[in-house]
Amino acid sequence: MLVYIIRRLMQAALVMVVMSALVFAGIYLIGDPVAMMISPDASEIERDAVRAALGLDLPLWQQYLVFMNAALHGDFGKSFLAGQPAMQLIFERMPATLELVFASLVIALGLGLPMGVYAGLRPKSIGAKTIMTGSILGFSLPNFWVGLMLIMVFAVLLPDLVPGFPRLPASGRGATVSVLGVQLSLFTGDGLLHLLLPAVTLALYKGALIVRLARATAREVLPMDYVKFARAKGLSERRVVGVHVLKNIMIPIATVSGLEFGQSVAFAVITETVFSWPGMGKLLLDSILLLDRPVVVAYLMIIVVFFVVLNLLVDLLYSVLDPRVRLESRAA
Amino acid sequence: MSQTVLEPAPEPVLAAKPQTPFQRIVSDFCEDRLAVFGLVLVVAALFVAIFAPLISPQNPFDIGALDLLDAKSPPGTVSGDGKITYWLGTDGQARDMMSAIFYGMRLSLFVGFTSVITALGIGIVIGLVAAYTGGRIDALLMRIVDIMLSFPAILVALILLSVLGKGIDKVLIALILVQWAYFARAARAAALVERNKEYVEAANCLALPAGRIVFRHMLPNCLPSLIVIATITLARAIALEATLSFLGVGVPVTQPSLGMLISNGFEFLLSGSYWISFFPGVALAIAIIGINLAGDHLRDVLNPRNLR
Repeated sequence: MLVYIIRRLMQAALVMVVMSALVFAGIYLIGDPVAMMISPDASEIERDAVRAALGLDLPLWQQYLVFMNAALHGDFGKSFLAGQPAMQLIFERMPATLELVFASLVIALGLGLPMGVYAGLRPKSIGAKTIMTGSILGFSLPNFWVGLMLIMVFAVLLPDLVPGFPRLPASGRGATVSVLGVQLSLFTGDGLLHLLLPAVTLALYKGALIVRLARATAREVLPMDYVKFARAKGLSERRVVGVHVLKNIMIPIATVSGLEFGQSVAFAVITETVFSWPGMGKLLLDSILLLDRPVVVAYLMIIVVFFVVLNLLVDLLYSVLDPRVRLESRAA
Repeated sequence: MSQTVLEPAPEPVLAAKPQTPFQRIVSDFCEDRLAVFGLVLVVAALFVAIFAPLISPQNPFDIGALDLLDAKSPPGTVSGDGKITYWLGTDGQARDMMSAIFYGMRLSLFVGFTSVITALGIGIVIGLVAAYTGGRIDALLMRIVDIMLSFPAILVALILLSVLGKGIDKVLIALILVQWAYFARAARAAALVERNKEYVEAANCLALPAGRIVFRHMLPNCLPSLIVIATITLARAIALEATLSFLGVGVPVTQPSLGMLISNGFEFLLSGSYWISFFPGVALAIAIIGINLAGDHLRDVLNPRNLR
């Protein structure tokens, strides 16, 4: 187990070095960030002064070494635009994104799991067929468009047409409270209201996936001997489904939820853009569009670490939930 | 995940003549009404895309033909000069939405099909080579695939495009780079099963060259599962392109895809001009849902375990 973890971490380090070099070189090739930052009337001498101040006058490999040296000390440079350390900028935005992803995961699991299990238990019922067709819609409809339509219906049309219908907030984050030094909007009414539409948008794709997965596994588990035996023992249907079936469904669901958590952090870029949610996804997009190199590179480094750790955790969790899985053999 | 939405209909009465495999696939496919409906949607989308220049009421790229007085007309408005009716309204630049959607569909499907077919080709070569040679090459290639697949496609494409810049060719490159790994893994898995079969052994005994064994003998047997994955990937590629264009890193403004059209309508949404974003989204959804419905059933039809 330990060998496996160490090997995975070494592989991760290699990936990080390669990715950082690729992105660094790639971003270096496009555009001149100085041109975006100072007015076009500035003289060439002023431009050179800005370049020297940002370290952009050095050759590419030297810039990369300077960057890597600083990065190993936890310093990813200052944002060209905000003037703050890039890392700090991202960490400030991180709670907003994690909050959004967490809320969407709760919605997706809370609705998707019962619907999927129901569809697995009664595959021929009209309800099950409706759920399954709905799930195809769920992962077919483009996420950003669903977000726009939710805004249109719940923030524009319904409040306009139906008197007394609450106008749901369509952009930004609500009031936050400080919990253990982190600004969270989960615990204020205004914050939850602002969270509703983006979280539902983000939950749709995941929910659809969980519905289909839960149904497929439920159908696989139901004909098993232990389910038949539990029924033969005269256990209540609630106990058979709630304990014996559900326990076995949870293995793939846990894996997929874990992996989907990472996917959602990436997908949040879209949802955050649609709903002007001040998370790190929107920060990434803004930085890409404005050529704010340090922020893009720092974001990438964080995301690589994040995904490597997440994949590792999912694998470990998997081996805990399903003792038949042996990690060592897969590492070979 | 391998079940269809509807349960398969009861077995058809056996025809007197033995069916060819292709006939079996067609008749099995037509059993599922939802899948046929999906296919109809796909054909409709393809028709619109191919014949866009012929059936569009207006050429949305011809700036001279646009009359700015008609900008943001709601659906059903007759144009100022009385020549055409804007059945789906017009956008902020007075483009007829229906024409813009036809051309947008053309671009979206072009990007989707081109990227998936190229990625399929690359994936097949890499996957089959990995499976047939095995050993270190296999381990190295699959490690790269693992790493590619451990990052979300949208993020990789976003970063790639931030480096490459805007343009249809750049979007194609980004989509191919995020998709080939799926096909490589699937092709390898399918080829590993085939490699141990007797016909490959027989071909080996005949001392046929490796290239011939891999591409003439093994590949045709690996294709069915790859085609299924290609349909699902096609739907994802179209959605991904739309998303990237929506985020402003995809196709250039001068050649609007469906995603770009939706993005253009975003700013008018809150003022009530819903049609600029709504209809391109419906068109996009029709294409993607059609592909998913048909692909979902195609998987069951092509699954050798379901052979009857």
